[in-house]
Amino acid sequence: MKRISGVVFLALLCVFPLFAGDFYINLASQILIAAIFAMSLNLLVGYGGLTSLGHASFLGFAAYASAWSTTHMGLGVGTAAVVAILATMVMAGLFGMIALRATGLGFLMITLALSQVLWGLAYRWVAVTNGDNGMSGLVRPAPFGISLDSGANYYWFTLVVFVVSYWLMAIFVSSAFGSALRGTRDQARRMSALGHDVWMIRWITFIYAGFWGAVSGLLYVYYTKYIHPSSLSITASAEGLLSVIAGGSGTLGGPVVGAALLIILKNYASAYVERWNMLLGFVFLFIVLVLPEGIVPGLKRIFSRRQGGQS
Amino acid sequence: MSASVPALEIINLKKFFGGLPATQDVNLQVMPGERRLIIGPNGAGKTTLFNQITGDFLPTSGQIKLFGADITRLKPHERAHMGLSRTYQIITLFAKDTLVHNVTLGLLGLSPARWNLFKPLDHYQEMEVEARRVLGLVGLGAMADRLVSEIAYGQKRRVEIAMAMAQKPKLLLLDEPLAGLSAEERTTIKELIAAIPRETTLVMIEHDMDTALDLAETVTLLHYGKVIVDGQRDAVIADEKTREVYLGH
Repeated sequence: MKRISGVVFLALLCVFPLFAGDFYINLASQILIAAIFAMSLNLLVGYGGLTSLGHASFLGFAAYASAWSTTHMGLGVGTAAVVAILATMVMAGLFGMIALRATGLGFLMITLALSQVLWGLAYRWVAVTNGDNGMSGLVRPAPFGISLDSGANYYWFTLVVFVVSYWLMAIFVSSAFGSALRGTRDQARRMSALGHDVWMIRWITFIYAGFWGAVSGLLYVYYTKYIHPSSLSITASAEGLLSVIAGGSGTLGGPVVGAALLIILKNYASAYVERWNMLLGFVFLFIVLVLPEGIVPGLKRIFSRRQGGQS
Repeated sequence: MSASVPALEIINLKKFFGGLPATQDVNLQVMPGERRLIIGPNGAGKTTLFNQITGDFLPTSGQIKLFGADITRLKPHERAHMGLSRTYQIITLFAKDTLVHNVTLGLLGLSPARWNLFKPLDHYQEMEVEARRVLGLVGLGAMADRLVSEIAYGQKRRVEIAMAMAQKPKLLLLDEPLAGLSAEERTTIKELIAAIPRETTLVMIEHDMDTALDLAETVTLLHYGKVIVDGQRDAVIADEKTREVYLGH
C-alpha cells in the first residue's frame, strides 16, 4: 500500500510539468533542492543527534567552488561538479574534526562559527568571490547533450537527483552504519563500550551529510545561475534546520515536507502578504505547539489514533 | 596465552577528582576464569574503578593490563575489541528499539559490518539469529521483538546481561546486576550469571552480599578508594577489617 502510493506520487511528480505553469515548475524545483539540503542536514540532526547551525557551509561552498572553477579555471560544468563535491567533502572533514570536539550546544556554536567564517570570506575575498556582487553568468550542465535551460527540463533533472538522494539516504539510515549512528545518538557511552568508535561514526556522518549538502548546492547554483554570499548566511542554515524540525527530524519524509512548506511560504505567500516572514513565524509556532515532534510524525500519530478509535 | 597471565591486572592505580582521591594505589590481579566480587560501602570507588578499567575515565597514574596488554590509555571501544565488556548499574539500553535490535548493536560493535553504509542492518541475518539465541538464553526469546521501553525493569536487567554476553567477552564487568530487583528476580539473574562459561572472567560489583557471595570465589573490599582486604572469599569474610568496614559488627 505504502509502495503503491509512493509510485503514484512519483508518477505525479514526473508528469507535473506537463500541466503546470512555469512559476509552479520552478517552485517545485526549488522545493526539491531545499528538500535534498534539509534531508542531508537531517542525517546529522535527526539520526546523529548533532544539531548543526552551519549546514549552509556545504551548500554555499560547493556552489562557489563550482562557480569559481568554471569561470576562473575554465573547467567544464561536469568536471567542476566533481571538483566542488570533493572539495566540499574535504572541507567537511576538516570542519568535522573541529566541530566534533563537542556535542550539543558546543557543536551547534562551532558549526555556526565556521559557517560565519565562510560567509565573511565570501563577502570580503572579492578577488575570488566577487564579494557582495556575487558571481553571475553561470551555466547549467547539459547531460548527454540535453539542454537544461528550460524550467521543465531542469525540474526533471532535479527530480532524478532528488530520487537518487532520497533512495541513498533511506538506505543509509537503515544500514548497519546508520543503526550504529542512531545508537550513538541515544546512548553514546554504551555504544563505545560495545566497541563502536563513536567519534569516527559521527565524523563519517558529517562528511556524508556534507556530500549531500554539496549536491544540493550544485543544484542550487545551476538553478539560480548566480551565487551570492547570502547562500552561506546563518539564515540559510536556519531555514534548513527549520525545515527539518518542522517536518519531523529523524524521519525520511519530514525534511521534504518541511522544505516544501518553507519554499511555498517563502515564494507563494510573499506575493500576497508583505510581511511573509511573520507568517512563516506563525506557521512554525503553530507546528511547534500542535505537532511538537514535527508534521510527519505528528500527523502519523493523529492518524493512527483515529484508526485505533474506529477498530 | 599461559594461565599465569592475569586476565586483569591493576598496578598502583590512582585517580583524583580535583583534590579528592577516588582510587588510591589500587593493586589487583584477577586470573582467567576467576569470579571476583568487589564490595565496599557507598562511595568506596567501586564504579570509578570500573570506569577506569573500561576507559570512561583515565586514571591519574598507574597501569591497567588486560591479559598482559597495557590498556591504560586505550579508548573504550578499543578495549571492547580486546574482549572487555560491561553492564551498567543504571540501565543503559536503547529504549525506543526492540530487544533484538539492542543485542544486535552489541554484536555489530565487534563486527566489520558496522562500517557498511549501504547494506541494511536486517540483511545481516546471522547477527539477528545470534541475538535471538542469546535472548533465549536469558529467557527473553519470546519478547525479542518488543520495545525495551515496554518491558519490566527486571527484564531490562536481563537485556543488559544479554547484550554483554552476546559479545562473548573474555572479561566481563557486572556493575550491580541485582540492583533494584525482587528476591525472585535476583534468583533468576543469579542463575544466569552462574551459567556464564568459564572462558569469561567475571568481575562483579554488588551490594547484595547474601546473593553475590555465592557467585564469588574471590572478594576485594574497597574503602575510600583503597583495597582493604583482598583474597579468597571465606578469608575475606572472616577478616576483622571486613567486619569493621562493611558488615558493621
